Amino acid sequence: MIQAPDLPLWAAILVGLLLLAGSITTLIGSLGLLRLKTFYERVHAPTLGATLGSLLVLAASTVCFSALQSRPVVHELLIGVFVTLTTPVTLMLLARAAIYRDRSEGQAPVPPDRLVKNKRE
Amino acid sequence: MNTLFLALVITASQILLGISMLCATWRMLRGPRAQDRVLGLDALYLGAMLLLVTYGIQTGRTLYYEAALAIGLLGFTGTVALSKFLMRGEVIE
Repeated sequence: MIQAPDLPLWAAILVGLLLLAGSITTLIGSLGLLRLKTFYERVHAPTLGATLGSLLVLAASTVCFSALQSRPVVHELLIGVFVTLTTPVTLMLLARAAIYRDRSEGQAPVPPDRLVKNKRE
Repeated sequence: MNTLFLALVITASQILLGISMLCATWRMLRGPRAQDRVLGLDALYLGAMLLLVTYGIQTGRTLYYEAALAIGLLGFTGTVALSKFLMRGEVIE
C-alpha cells in the first residue's frame, strides 16, 4: 500500500511537511481527549484537530492536486469552510446539553445559573 | 527517491491519524457519561475524514475528496441530533 503521486521536489517537501504537521496536531488533540480529567476540559481538546489539523491536511491536499493538474485546485476549501463553521456550533450545543444534564442531577461541580437566579430576585 | 520519501511520509501521517482515531474510539467506548461518548464520536468522524483526504493525496484521485465531504456533512448532522437528544430526550419535537 506504499505509493505516492509523482510530484516535483518542492511540492513533495511542502505536501510532506503539511501532512505531518496536520496529523501530529490531530493526534495531540485526541491525546488531550484521552488524558484530561473532566468533560468540560475534554470538550476543548478535539477542536485542535478540527481547526488547525484539518486546515493543514486540506492545504497539503490542495498543493498536491494543484501540482498534479498544473492549475489551481481549491475544492478542498469547501471542507475547510464547512468544518470551521460547524465545529463551534456542535460543541457549544453539546456543552449546553452537558451543563443542563449536570444541573438537573445537581451533583457535578457546575457553575451556578446566573440568569435563573437574577430572575428569581 | 522523491516519490519514496513522500510515500513514507504519507504512510506515517496515516498511522498518526489512525492512532488519534483509536484514542477517540477509546473515549467513545469507555466515556463515563453520554456526552463523553458523543464527543468521542465527533473526534472519530473528524479523524476518518482527514484519513480519507490523505488517501486522496496518496492515490491522486478526487473520489476520496467526495467521500470526505459526505462524512463531514453527515457527521455534523449526527452530532447535532445526538446533543439535542441529550438535552431534550427527543430529536424532533
